[in-house]
Amino acid sequence: MSGVVGVLALQGAFEAHQHVLRDLGVDSLQVRTPSDLELVEALVMPGGESTTMSHLMQTSGLFDAIDARLKQRMPVFGTCAGMILLAKGVLDGRPDQRSFGAIDIDVKRNAYGRQIDSFEADIALDGLVEDFHAVFIRAPQIARIGEEVTVLARHNQDVVLARQGSVMVASFHPELTDDARIHSMFIGLLQEV
Amino acid sequence: MGQAGLVGTLVDMTTSKANSASGPMKVNRGLAEMLKGGVIMDVVNPEQAKIAEDAGATAVMALERVPADIRRDGGVARMSDPEMIEGIKAVVTIPVMAKARIGHFVEAQILEALGVDFIDESEVLTPADETHHIDKFAFTSPFVCGATNLGEALRRISEGAALIRSKGEAGTGNVVEAVRHLRSIFGDIRRITQADSAELFDWAKKLGAPLPLVQEIAETGKLQVPIFCAGGIATPADAALAMQLGAEAVFVGSGIFKSDDPSPRAKAIVEATAHFRDAHVLAKVSRNLGAPMTGIGMDKINERYADRGW
Repeated sequence: MSGVVGVLALQGAFEAHQHVLRDLGVDSLQVRTPSDLELVEALVMPGGESTTMSHLMQTSGLFDAIDARLKQRMPVFGTCAGMILLAKGVLDGRPDQRSFGAIDIDVKRNAYGRQIDSFEADIALDGLVEDFHAVFIRAPQIARIGEEVTVLARHNQDVVLARQGSVMVASFHPELTDDARIHSMFIGLLQEV
Repeated sequence: MGQAGLVGTLVDMTTSKANSASGPMKVNRGLAEMLKGGVIMDVVNPEQAKIAEDAGATAVMALERVPADIRRDGGVARMSDPEMIEGIKAVVTIPVMAKARIGHFVEAQILEALGVDFIDESEVLTPADETHHIDKFAFTSPFVCGATNLGEALRRISEGAALIRSKGEAGTGNVVEAVRHLRSIFGDIRRITQADSAELFDWAKKLGAPLPLVQEIAETGKLQVPIFCAGGIATPADAALAMQLGAEAVFVGSGIFKSDDPSPRAKAIVEATAHFRDAHVLAKVSRNLGAPMTGIGMDKINERYADRGW
């Protein structure tokens, strides 16, 4: 048990996730290669461009390495683009874009529009008293949710935070706020699995 | 007084606006955060935009002519035709950026109306105002602006830029100016973190930058917004050099579509930017890319675009 949480660092907001993990006293490591992945117990897949990350995961060999670890139930937390990569179905992805199908949801990319439509909203979190201030940036939308998936938060009608087993996903960016409660939920899940 | 007086009047405005990072600024700096570690590619038509997206670009910059051609053709360079920008938006799912002239807030209004994801107030186009940059707080869309030094970067941030790029010298295929600007910006940031509180006043005066922003850098050791590199990147090694010098992502303009074989070069630059510290990856992706753009020496160019901006 290394206790180290990996952050997929091929592209995107990986440093922001590391800041939040540091605030929680959790050691993190940037993961760019399959050998980096061997050193971590769990993985955060950050926001960024899912097409770029998908591409770089293929060329680095990380796609197969992560896929194998997911089958061994490695805890993983995907935010925004990271959620797209973990979803079972990507409704409007590129034909060559591969996702892991680790959580039984279908997602629609850029469902809320372009950057001008990006927004912030307070959302109620299941089991937590205070609302969480969520930042949505060119956010994907969960269009379908499987029976095995637990809904952890909604914004209006849309599910924005969900979990299935050791896989947690958010369509927003908890790493862009000082509030570490959602990362703390993920760390809790790590101890549980 | 002079510049020091100007800095004094800017203080309240910048603390209340630039540092709060709420409203559009929160999501706009957030989008800049999402682009980190990636490559933003200049494209002039939908075909090039597809090649860029296929190669793993995180965003494309839609423009009518790449900087190398603007340099060759001369004349006044302006915002691109909205039809052309729409055509590019229609074929890619990644963010689309477009350029407005320095100070040309109406071009920026048009780009916002078109729904481009990032507006580049760019020195590559012919400036429309020789004193003022655009008041970027008047917009909902995010802006990226160029800088050659820390003072310029902080002035742009105080005007509302969500992202800074070092200017380099666009359209030259020569990385020397990009290196100069990155070294200047990061060198001054490092020196400011060593300064005592009294020296920070002098730093603000010397940089012509708002004092609160200088004080914030002294504390955090970081610029308030992400900083990317632009202007002169032509090879995977150039991209990795910029990243190792501290840039958090790269813009590649003429370097891709002015080379012999754009697609493999675009892919190689994407790999090099992601794995910028891994010399084995860099050695692997630098092979067999065909000829890079020819490039020009700084003594051979008529006009330095980097001098545009105030």
